[in-house]
Amino acid sequence: MMGRAFRWLMPHPLLTLILAVVWTLLQNEVSAGMVVFGILLGIIIPWGTSVWWPDTPHGFRMGKMLTYSLVVMWDILVANIEVAWIVLTVPNSKLKPAWIVIPLDLREPEAITLLAGTITLTPGTVSADLSDEGHSLLVHVLHTDDPDGVRDDIKTRYERRLKEVFA
Amino acid sequence: MSAELIGTYAIGLFLLIGSGFVVIGVIGLLRFADPMTRLHAPTKVGTIGIGMLLLASLIHSFTLGETSIHELLIMAFLFVTAPISANFIAKVTIHLRNCDTPPAPSQDDTWSTLDAHDADQAGKAAR
Repeated sequence: MMGRAFRWLMPHPLLTLILAVVWTLLQNEVSAGMVVFGILLGIIIPWGTSVWWPDTPHGFRMGKMLTYSLVVMWDILVANIEVAWIVLTVPNSKLKPAWIVIPLDLREPEAITLLAGTITLTPGTVSADLSDEGHSLLVHVLHTDDPDGVRDDIKTRYERRLKEVFA
Repeated sequence: MSAELIGTYAIGLFLLIGSGFVVIGVIGLLRFADPMTRLHAPTKVGTIGIGMLLLASLIHSFTLGETSIHELLIMAFLFVTAPISANFIAKVTIHLRNCDTPPAPSQDDTWSTLDAHDADQAGKAAR
């Protein structure tokens, strides 16, 4: 009974939390009234828009997500220095851009979105397209000698971790 | 050294690093040869450049004692939206055939962008 009431009130608990936190951060100072208003917004907005949402992902492990974000943040830092180096030193004639195709093991739309976003923000790769039924991801690499290595790297480093997050 | 002095130097340092990255992003945007490679520089280097500038702004607000955390929100939204706009530009490039044709997907028939209606391509040819 409690569970059902909770589910009815907050169809997307994480979204509720994020909206409340964003609202509070927007105020630039923490006051009780604004926190309450933020929570109210966090309940009303997901409730009003839940019709357009896909199903909530079932398992979502916060701890695994945290380690994943730390790994990604570190990679973003390294990626930027790498790409900056390529921009400054590799001439256009020596640049070896390549398309790579990543067969996806992930099935949840949320997980695939996260993976695509991660790929765009990390070393020399931009995710460009998804296949018509969502089982492969098209990625463009800026400069590589070993496209298969990049693919395996993405699969082991990010996709495996994301599978644990959405287990 | 007082905290304020250290803060000032830190602000200067982060501003320099940030603007350096932004400049490199712009250089990349200008010098690469085709739309897909050109997309790489601003999506990554630009993002960290702006992140560093925001970090400088954050330190500035803290050393002056006027705590402001809006920068964190800007960073969060930037990191969420940058891949999406990059994805849209990539999709347009593929759709207009402005790049090398991507290899066929390993598990499905075709890429969703290329899965356009024939009439769409006919319209393009007429133009």
